[in-house]
Amino acid sequence: MSNVKGLFCKECGREYPAEPLNVCDFCFGPLEVTYDYEAIARVVSRERIAQGPRSIWRYQDLLPADAENAVDINAGFTPLIKAKNLARELGLDNLYIKNDTVNPSFSFKDRVVAVASTKALEFGFDTLACASTGNLAGSVAAHAARAGMRAFVFIPSDLESGKILGAAVYDPTLVAVDGSYDDVNRLCSELSDNYNWAFVNINMRPYYAEGSKTLGYEVAEQLGWRAPDNCIVPVASGSLLTKIWKGLNELSDLGLIGPVPTRMFAAQAVGCSPVVNAFDAGDFAIRPVKPDTIAKSLAIGNPADGYYALKVIDESQGYAYAVPEEEVSEGIKLLAKTEGIFTEPAGGVTVAALKRLAEMGQIKPSETTVAFITGNGFKTQEVVQDAVGPVLIKPTFASFEESLSVRS
Amino acid sequence: MATRRAKFTFPTGLITQPVIYDLGQNFRVVTNIRRADVREDVGWVILELEGDEDEIERGLDWVNSLGVRVDPVSGDVVES
Repeated sequence: MSNVKGLFCKECGREYPAEPLNVCDFCFGPLEVTYDYEAIARVVSRERIAQGPRSIWRYQDLLPADAENAVDINAGFTPLIKAKNLARELGLDNLYIKNDTVNPSFSFKDRVVAVASTKALEFGFDTLACASTGNLAGSVAAHAARAGMRAFVFIPSDLESGKILGAAVYDPTLVAVDGSYDDVNRLCSELSDNYNWAFVNINMRPYYAEGSKTLGYEVAEQLGWRAPDNCIVPVASGSLLTKIWKGLNELSDLGLIGPVPTRMFAAQAVGCSPVVNAFDAGDFAIRPVKPDTIAKSLAIGNPADGYYALKVIDESQGYAYAVPEEEVSEGIKLLAKTEGIFTEPAGGVTVAALKRLAEMGQIKPSETTVAFITGNGFKTQEVVQDAVGPVLIKPTFASFEESLSVRS
Repeated sequence: MATRRAKFTFPTGLITQPVIYDLGQNFRVVTNIRRADVREDVGWVILELEGDEDEIERGLDWVNSLGVRVDPVSGDVVES
């Protein structure tokens, strides 16, 4: 059984039962899940978690869906690797990479969709839906397939077909909307009001977002039950950053780790950096932007949780940084050649921001720093097309030796 | 009658304009503000619109044509 008490409005505090709702009826503020932490404290322990499955469901006591009936394609419990080579390159001593590229559908979205789809089944929905340009589509389609649910995935009609191939293979109904990105936004909000479907990031959003907390739990557990000094997080909607922070603080409040010294750092690309812009302006007001970035998975111009991400950055005494567009692919290549991890552009943004933050002295060498790499580079190979430059030789031994002096 | 929840985000040049008043005057739409944050350089208002579906749609298109950004209250839902 999950330990959910209900939902509450993050703006006015009004309480609601645990139903498929995402917006407060009174002030239209976003809703968030509340838990019975006393009940959780009675059962949860490091040992109980360690004995759980090697997936997000090992943290079932802290998730808003019932693990016994989980829609489980094995999301989560991804490697936390000590990145010695990248650390040396950046002048750091204690750098870790949380490698979420190896989730079943190759991005961190499996964490949130696993929770949303499980909750959707609990609520009795037979259809899972989303609006997506990539990672979310694949994860929703995969989880719906596993759950035996219908899946509807809405995409802008001008999206390259290759972007959605990773979703199409799971056989959802793909709906290409003849309109702009904003039109798709508006349409899907309307559809969620009128169809009895589980839209993972609309009417299921309070539950969906909680899945990201597992990144915080895992990092703490994998570090030997402690919070890191710094978290570098790519920011799109802003939800991921806030939930990693929430996850770490829940563990601390439950006595599973000590106090949380963590500074939360937001990484965006200059072509879509509304959170960094607000941070630089010194306030919490998001000024929407029209995205123009190669980091498509971070291209949210009016981030729903931008304000809350800024609050967390402020509370944790963190920082926000936007990397120049040309540094994104450099970040991808740097991570690949130092640590053998191929990330999508969001990870390139994270690594490029990490590099700059280290240079700026925002991150000290001895501090424990975790960079979150949230999606796989094989979905966005075109971004690093220039990396392909083989040495051309004739099929002779002499030509090889002439072109490549590899003998030591 | 239909209702629609929306978030209007005003660029600097439109902050002092009575856009919501004009919306109610020019279209058969009742506006009901629930939350807002208006600053010198940017402002947003979250409100509910009530009226015929077509009239709401025409009203929102008009607001949008002025340069005000119109979003669902849940923010961007198209994710990567």
